[in-house]
Amino acid sequence: MAALDNGTETGVKEGVDQETVNAVREVGGAYKYGWSTDIEMEYAPKGLNEDIVRLISSKNDEPEWMLEWRLEAYRRWLAKTEPAWAMVDYPEIDFQDQYYYARPKSMAVKPKSLDEVDPKLLATYAKLGIPLKEQMILAGVEGAEDIDAEAPRKVAVDAVFDSVSVGTTFQDELKKAGVIFCSISEAIKEHPELVKKYLGTVVPVSDNYYATLNSAVFSDGSFVYIPPGVRCPMELSTYFRINAENTGQFERTLIIADKGSYVSYLEGCTAPMRDESQLHAAVVEIIIEEDAEVKYSTVQNWYPGDENGKGGIYNFVTKRADCRGDRAKVMWTQVETGSAVTWKYPSCILRGNESQGEFYSIAIANNMQQADTGTKMIHLGKDTKSRIVSKGISAGKAQNTYRGLVSMHPKAKDARNFTQCDSLLIGDQCGAHTVPYIEVKNNSARVEHEATTSKVDDEQLFYCRQRGIGEEDAVALVVNGFCKEVLQALPMEFAMEAQQLVAISLEGSVG
Amino acid sequence: MALAQVKIEATEERLNTLDMPQEGWSTAAREDALMRLRSMGLPSRRDEYWKYTRPDTLVQPTAPDAAVLHTDEVPVFDALGRLKIVFVDGVFSADESDDLTLEGVTIERLAGATADIHWAKGLYGVLENNGQNPVERPLAALNTAYATDGVLIHVTGTPSKPINLIYRHISNSSDAILHHVLKIDKGAEVTILENGPAAARFNKCMEIDVADGAKFHHVRAQGRDHERRAATHIFARLGTESSFKSFTLTANGVMTRNECVIELTGDDAHATVAGAALGDGDFHHDDTVFITHDAVNCESRQVFKKVLRNGATGVFQGKILVKSGAQKTDGYQISQSLLLDEDSQFLAKPELEIYADDVACSHGSTSGAIDEEALFYLRSRGVPVGEATDMLTLSFLAEAVEEIEHSTLAEEINERLAAWLARRRG
Repeated sequence: MAALDNGTETGVKEGVDQETVNAVREVGGAYKYGWSTDIEMEYAPKGLNEDIVRLISSKNDEPEWMLEWRLEAYRRWLAKTEPAWAMVDYPEIDFQDQYYYARPKSMAVKPKSLDEVDPKLLATYAKLGIPLKEQMILAGVEGAEDIDAEAPRKVAVDAVFDSVSVGTTFQDELKKAGVIFCSISEAIKEHPELVKKYLGTVVPVSDNYYATLNSAVFSDGSFVYIPPGVRCPMELSTYFRINAENTGQFERTLIIADKGSYVSYLEGCTAPMRDESQLHAAVVEIIIEEDAEVKYSTVQNWYPGDENGKGGIYNFVTKRADCRGDRAKVMWTQVETGSAVTWKYPSCILRGNESQGEFYSIAIANNMQQADTGTKMIHLGKDTKSRIVSKGISAGKAQNTYRGLVSMHPKAKDARNFTQCDSLLIGDQCGAHTVPYIEVKNNSARVEHEATTSKVDDEQLFYCRQRGIGEEDAVALVVNGFCKEVLQALPMEFAMEAQQLVAISLEGSVG
Repeated sequence: MALAQVKIEATEERLNTLDMPQEGWSTAAREDALMRLRSMGLPSRRDEYWKYTRPDTLVQPTAPDAAVLHTDEVPVFDALGRLKIVFVDGVFSADESDDLTLEGVTIERLAGATADIHWAKGLYGVLENNGQNPVERPLAALNTAYATDGVLIHVTGTPSKPINLIYRHISNSSDAILHHVLKIDKGAEVTILENGPAAARFNKCMEIDVADGAKFHHVRAQGRDHERRAATHIFARLGTESSFKSFTLTANGVMTRNECVIELTGDDAHATVAGAALGDGDFHHDDTVFITHDAVNCESRQVFKKVLRNGATGVFQGKILVKSGAQKTDGYQISQSLLLDEDSQFLAKPELEIYADDVACSHGSTSGAIDEEALFYLRSRGVPVGEATDMLTLSFLAEAVEEIEHSTLAEEINERLAAWLARRRG
């Protein structure tokens, strides 16, 4: 999200010039967002039981039906076991040794506007490069030739700090267009009919261990509703920050694109460097009606832990989009560079006829990171199409796994899928794995899957070196070339930052 | 993790129907295998490795009946010069078999080899045991423990003709367990042919040790009896500069699970596993391949093609594991299915697991119907639709058949494929 920087803070200035690269290198190639904000916090007691679930619900001032929903999820969670099939290895998580709710004391009374928000919180986001003031426009795209100078690009942000949403920008302007963009806690109160109608319909309460846990204890997150025929006037984004120690973040995002609407949604996340691992279990549900389109882009940059694997975020995320209407379209783009352990499979249910799902992913794992990520494309409707482009890069002692499912149901006549997953290995201590599941149950469906694994080409490196490019930069250049297909699918704000991240994450991996 | 009670019960129920042969030298290996089997239990439909194939009928205490196919056609490989070894419903038939002497090779039977010090002791159950990690293969352990017969082939030179294992099926309820061991000495070369349905239910295991510079060729045609069931395993260990090539034709059979586990342990070794499967109606065919690269500069190829119609199911689970240090590995894997109608299905899990950086590994998997444009092209040139479909189907299968090194064998297989298609065209 650093590309959303307003350009005034030092250390987060982004660009693609060599100077910046050098500046970043001076920090030792280390995680840039590892600082923490010293702020008075209010915690729920450690551990998880029905009382904690009740407490979270009451802190959010929720109606009875929401509490019941949570308790039901909690009871189901108790009966579930943690999945062990992913190619990741981490010490057993003590779910009782976590805080499930933490909010800055100043947020006890919800500020009415951003002006009332604790300056410390605003400073935190400013330092991260997230503009929470509406007059600020995006850095990095200013003066770009293809942008009309009269109408600078705006991005509305919902900022989530530990368990609460700090504020949402541009709400008024969005309201004029009929778009609802607010925190999910607000939506439960203000738009219960929409939440009731859609929550848990894409990712059911008992979908999987972590989604069930999330359903019980989610504290906040974002809610988006785009009414029929509306093209959302600006990009929407949520920025998640974990700050408190020993605290899990469980956010819930619900996006509804009604008939013929369009929205592009960005998500970013960071956390301080801590020796203890922290848990993050989010659920994102997207509902796409007839002729609507949703673009969901993530740059996941949680703290990955140090080079010995100490600390870092355990990122267990369930993301799913349901193309309910005909010709609905969804596009997931993700750049996964952070987290100690990633377990994440953004999926598409292609229910409507002629609906389309796309998944573009770059997963970079360095040092002791482990990533098990991919997608599911479930073709139910006729003439549905999906495309998967996944690029995995492993360096250091990291393990990177692509795991995916392409399923063609008997009724998915003339459905098409193309999958390409490539892996790049940098160094001989790491691993790259591919675990695709392909299920074709009708003969008019066409499925093509290809995957390759290779190392950074010596000849390409030599070519760059010969022209005076340093070795690390040369690797970054080759890797950027390898990732190009995915980077091009990102919104511009992200593409630049992602390119930068690709370089930073590989820092120190050469030699 | 402790085994589920239901799994223990199912395993014991099956074991109660079996008697362990007491053959002297193999007893210790059999008892070890039985312990292994008890610790893992027989497969159940909830096991991840059996996600796409229900093991029930392969595991149940007695074999489901399978009618014997009566046909006038000449059995495959009949026209070739070969040494025949015949098993009828899993029982060795001395009358139908040739004399087991051949230059460059010694052939003994598992059931007859009672000498206490036997060369096969170092291999019997050993390669199977190696192949149990990281994925369990309980049916192979069961085979090692309870195999009633099989051949022990020690190849010391280059025999002048192939050795043909023929499995005849004459009883509707036969349940056969055979275990073969092959040791191919340094620089030696042998071709093994296998054909026939074997039994109503057939569990076969073949362990092959290919020494440095040795070559192993294998072509198999599984019998066409529609209701037969088979679970087969190949475990191979490859030395430096050795070569392993195996091709399997499967036409019909209500249940087939062919597992192939290969470990490339010497540098510059080569392994190819290929298969063509033709299924019509109540047909379930599963190719499960696991290739481990544990040496430098080795090459492996997996080429599998399946043609499916009338609700037939094809499964492919293939894995290339490149261990750390197995640099310069070249791994290739392709699995494709041609679905000739709306009811058939193809389920695939083509996996890569790679821990070395200087490797080139690729896999591809596709599934779809006959290419309408190609069909139109042929029809516009006057080829009737049935023949045109067959031509395209054969060309689809050709990539797998081409993996057979000997052209006469490849031709023989192609003829069988064409005949199968022609019979269905009516």
